[in-house]
Amino acid sequence: MALASRATGPTVRRGADPAARQQALAAALLRRARTWQEADARAKRFARGRTGDAADAVQLVEDYRLLAHDVARARTLMPATRTREYLENAYARAHATLHHGAWRAGATLRALLVQEVPAAMRWLAPYLAWTALIFTLAGCAGYALVHRYPELIALFASPQMIASVEGGKLWTEGLLNVVPSSILSVEILTNNIVVSLFAYCLGFLFGLGTLYILGLNGMMLGAVFAFVGEHGLARELLGFIVPHGCVELSVMCLSGAAGAAIGEALIRPGPGGRLESFRAASLRSGVILLACALLLVGAGLIEGFVSPDPRISFTARIAIGVGYFALMVAFLTGRLWGRGAPPARNPPAASSS
Amino acid sequence: MKEPSAALSVDSVTGIDVSLAVAGPGARSFAFIIDWHIRLILALAWYVVAGVVSNAAFSLAPSPGHSQRWFTVVVIPALALYFLYHPAVELAMRGRTPGKRRVGIRVVTRTGEPPGAGALLVRNIFRLIDSLPVFYGVGLTLMVLTRDSLRCGDMAAGTLLVYEGGAADTELLHDAAQRIGRLDTAGAEIAADLLKRWSSLVPEARIRLARQLLQRYLGAEADLSEGDELQWRSRLERLARP
Repeated sequence: MALASRATGPTVRRGADPAARQQALAAALLRRARTWQEADARAKRFARGRTGDAADAVQLVEDYRLLAHDVARARTLMPATRTREYLENAYARAHATLHHGAWRAGATLRALLVQEVPAAMRWLAPYLAWTALIFTLAGCAGYALVHRYPELIALFASPQMIASVEGGKLWTEGLLNVVPSSILSVEILTNNIVVSLFAYCLGFLFGLGTLYILGLNGMMLGAVFAFVGEHGLARELLGFIVPHGCVELSVMCLSGAAGAAIGEALIRPGPGGRLESFRAASLRSGVILLACALLLVGAGLIEGFVSPDPRISFTARIAIGVGYFALMVAFLTGRLWGRGAPPARNPPAASSS
Repeated sequence: MKEPSAALSVDSVTGIDVSLAVAGPGARSFAFIIDWHIRLILALAWYVVAGVVSNAAFSLAPSPGHSQRWFTVVVIPALALYFLYHPAVELAMRGRTPGKRRVGIRVVTRTGEPPGAGALLVRNIFRLIDSLPVFYGVGLTLMVLTRDSLRCGDMAAGTLLVYEGGAADTELLHDAAQRIGRLDTAGAEIAADLLKRWSSLVPEARIRLARQLLQRYLGAEADLSEGDELQWRSRLERLARP
């Protein structure tokens, strides 16, 4: 047996003085330090993906058993020592390597985008329907409010925007003469990503934070449309918003849906308790935020380079907006990678600590 | 209120559970401060180098008429280095960062596994909440109040930070093995370590530590009379001889 062959040290008689016996056993254990070091180095090599040797892998299993045996001994013989501490860590590393293998960041990210995002999307579909409804209702409310009481636009738009529209032109006209496209894009996409992340994170306030962000943005959009409509500029505003807005507004609803899932997990926790439900919902829905951030980068670029450019026709704007929206749907459902959304997976089970 | 610091215990097929000591707010904050300095230095270094190269002169002022290029080449990468440091490095190093590595801690899941990309992403997204209102106020408060020193991001991602032991000094362990006689394992470790570091310690420290060790293991039998360093060393070696 490998274990027996590696166990070196003095033979300990059963009838010997217990203290002397214990010390002899401890000394025998300490003499295996080099073997532990080799085992630990092997586990590290595998964890970093620097070896694929089958014999080495078999040896790792042997190492794992040896370390388990020695940890158990060390816990009894030398509980408050550096040796036990080192053994515990080497054993933990061998355990992690044996059970979870090497880490490849690229492959993991790809799996996240190709498999986990479509799965999360499928799970979030009912939440998405609700958040889209809330956003639409808030938009209608904002529209109705400003349509009925035009002076309330001051609550939603800056004085410069109001003055520009009252002067008969959108505030977006001539925007590229003031700010270069790249700067505009980065400012916009950064702002949008932060708003989306907040819409998700604020779900932890039992969904109220998410509801606030969705409601406020919906009302702003509706109110601004009502105001520009009163001044005959609705078509121009639509032309400005469509290229990037189809995706931008969808992403806002999507991050809101992820936040709503967290809120629901806190309001109606499962049998595992509130914290466990929060963890499961965050993990399950959080991956969608990576997709949202990537989509918002594209939307920001469109908003910086395409939307304010007066040379681009209304038809082309519609085509860009619809095309990017279709790309978003294909990306989120996994069809972009040649597969439909797989069945939603259960989140990792909780464990005791 | 917080209970005493815990260890994460993970079941294993061998029947011997894997025990991981949970890192507290101190270790976590120390690691964060190291990482904060690294990302700040990286971002500043990029800003300075790219700025000088972009201007083709030792000036960091945006060149007139080239604000777009300046923004794209100098400002955006520097900001990306600063703000994406944690998610990018944790993803690349599987829950470790240079700061965490320096402190000897790493991120694991509640089951002791290395976290997946989704969990790493979620714990970093929630930094938005943890960093509120200033200086990680929410995160630090939660860390102090929770048993496993968790911030909001850890609760959301199901992660925690545990200590990761470094490499063992196998020579020292071998030496300690030879010295187990009148000493127990802990004493043998300390004696071996003290003798190894003897020359690097200041003379007062050598004598003080040798005296404490002799007193602890020999009690009344210990020869604690005054003497020079060599005498103390030889008394220690006699004690540590098997």
